Amino acid sequence: MWKYGFMDLHYLDNSATTAVCRSAAEKALYMMTENFGNPSSLHKFGINAELCIEDAREAIADALSVQPKSIIFTSGGTEANNTVLFGAAEALKRRGSRIIVSAVEHSSVYESAKRLGEMGYDIQYAPVDSDGVIDLEQLDNLLTDKTILVSVMAVNNETGSIQPTERIAKRIKRRSPDAVFHVDAVQAFCKMPLKPQKWGVDFMTVSAHKIHAPKGVGALYIRDGARLIPLLYGGEQQKKIRPGTESAPLIAAFGEAVKEADIAKNNAYIRELNDYAMTKLTAIDGVSINSPASALPYIINISVEGIRSETMLHHLEQSGVYVSSSSACAKGKRSYVLAAMGLSDDRIDSSIRISFSKYNAKEDIDALIEGLRSGIATLQKVRS
Amino acid sequence: MKEIVLIKLGEMVLKGLNRRTFEDVLIKNIKYRLRDLGKFEIKIAQSTITVIPQSDDIDLDDVCERIGEVFGIVTYSRACVCEKDFYDILEKAPVYAADALSEAKTFKVESKRSDKRFPYKSPEISAQVGGKILSAFPRLKVDVKNPDVIVTVEVRDYGAYIRCGTLRGQGGMPVGTSGLATVLISGGIDSPVAAYMMAKRGLKLNAVHFESPPYTSERARLKVEKLLKQVSRYAGSIEMHTVELTKIQETIRDRCPEELFTILLRRVMMKISSRIAEITGSGALITGESLGQVASQTMYALGCTDAAASKIVLRPLIGMDKQEIINISRRINTFETSIEPYEDCCTVFTPKHPRTKPVLRFVEMAEHEAQLDEMIEQAIAATTVKTIAP
Repeated sequence: MWKYGFMDLHYLDNSATTAVCRSAAEKALYMMTENFGNPSSLHKFGINAELCIEDAREAIADALSVQPKSIIFTSGGTEANNTVLFGAAEALKRRGSRIIVSAVEHSSVYESAKRLGEMGYDIQYAPVDSDGVIDLEQLDNLLTDKTILVSVMAVNNETGSIQPTERIAKRIKRRSPDAVFHVDAVQAFCKMPLKPQKWGVDFMTVSAHKIHAPKGVGALYIRDGARLIPLLYGGEQQKKIRPGTESAPLIAAFGEAVKEADIAKNNAYIRELNDYAMTKLTAIDGVSINSPASALPYIINISVEGIRSETMLHHLEQSGVYVSSSSACAKGKRSYVLAAMGLSDDRIDSSIRISFSKYNAKEDIDALIEGLRSGIATLQKVRS
Repeated sequence: MKEIVLIKLGEMVLKGLNRRTFEDVLIKNIKYRLRDLGKFEIKIAQSTITVIPQSDDIDLDDVCERIGEVFGIVTYSRACVCEKDFYDILEKAPVYAADALSEAKTFKVESKRSDKRFPYKSPEISAQVGGKILSAFPRLKVDVKNPDVIVTVEVRDYGAYIRCGTLRGQGGMPVGTSGLATVLISGGIDSPVAAYMMAKRGLKLNAVHFESPPYTSERARLKVEKLLKQVSRYAGSIEMHTVELTKIQETIRDRCPEELFTILLRRVMMKISSRIAEITGSGALITGESLGQVASQTMYALGCTDAAASKIVLRPLIGMDKQEIINISRRINTFETSIEPYEDCCTVFTPKHPRTKPVLRFVEMAEHEAQLDEMIEQAIAATTVKTIAP
């Protein structure tokens, strides 16, 4: 729990976005007011801004165990995902036309794939099992020598399900040696170890605002030698893959947040919160857990029998508890992610996503549990 | 399950009485490269160095990456530690190998038994461990000729290990065992490669970089620092001496024939570097020159530059083609930095037609007329020093 003004907030929607940490906010302020040069300028102001960008690039490269030169900055996860899907599809179109994405991808991959389908590519959706984890045998059947691109997320944004990306990478290399492999790691970055280079991943998307840095910046890992046709054209910045003056304040802030993230320490704490929440949630009649036991502890997806997601969301809001109904990007639409896991329409319509950050405490969970209990007691009555 | 790294030594095992010194330096270098990754116990026995992490949060991928950059190592591998007990080996092998075998179709087991008191012979160990793995992963097949994964069981005097695959090290000799040398570093493709190659032969490095502000920019110096930082991953920390040549270059421009600008500048660099080598106790100069690559690197030009040096000049790239140099520079990850387009001081005041066959006597006469000695002294006195560490 942390206080803004006079109100006590129980913010449990950290997979939608997070509060910016102080070191990142201060760095952004410094970059905007003092170290404000254009990183491409030849003079001192330019060099100093560039050094801060390079420092951030190194922090992100370190977090992914890759070389700094293989990281480019984008305006966020959506741009990075679009860059790979459209850029790699075009670069490889002579080798084939099949593109495989999992059935539970974030809309920025899912919708891009749909558009590529309209453009004539052969789009295949790899199904998942009831845990939301990709079915490797079925994926094998989709992988052909005409496959050029596979995109699978590291951690699902609605359920926290972890995909076996390392094993998928090996299967792709064997069955579709011409294909490149993209991993959308927005929900996984700084929350679990990610080693794209070692795993054989060609592209990896990460985002800043899920890890206590500002919105409007993300990064893309590009394996040395992997080709992309750029989406944007302009100056010489970022090896012409992503031209345009770099957003030095946001990038530098991103770097600070990454440096502050301690995966092992945070995970131990979040695991503790998750265990605490799970014990209490499973004790409530009418609450069922949609996230698999193997999910990343940062996300718990539940359904409350008989109460629509939005109704419960607003009820919780009244007591200062903030959660989300499926993913924040798909307001009002029925979750295709939960549907792909084989959940019934009733379960999907009543699903709620709880997501933690290191700023949460057990009091937040207590408030949530209390809110759920009172909601079940009053809202169900209204319905019947 | 406890995982460690086993390191096999390079040609230094051939050294006679010096061997202990070589091993000690190598262990020191390994410790230095692992210093920020956590606590390790590092010991040596039977010409193998064992690196044992002392806490669970140490990432062995990072450790292996670092070890892969240390000179003096031929091969290395990750291994799981077992009791010297056959049942322990049989129990751990399928569990430890599970990861490596997850996407494999075929495998084989190899066994090495250097402790002959161990009651099971190598073929017997292989057969039994192979059987265990087969029953744990029924989809796998044994292929002794061309397996996807080789699982190796090693029974040594002081313990037993299971490994899945071996990685190739940098080879060469431990940095520091051949002494200290001074590399002239410009920011181009060649000099970082030359530095890397001589460090590979056991030389510890310091570096001299020349700049001519405002003709060269600060970005050019930052680029050189970035290059040295990359080289230091292999060569250990490097002391970088930056010398300002603006006044000397302007004087040469004003007082000497144009076609000798480059050769005169190279000689000044040799003189200053020799002096810095002398002061820092370094025994040689290293340059990235390759015969015939540019006008200052013809045999005659090199002869004139050499005459200005008071130390032996090592030129490891002398017989290499540009493409061969580029290949190494890509491998050691300096290429992309090297090709960043910043002016360096060798390209300031370049003559239109540099002399490709300079004659030493005339060069020395021109140099004498320019009266550079005092300026050289001033430049050396104004040198700035910065330590670049990996």
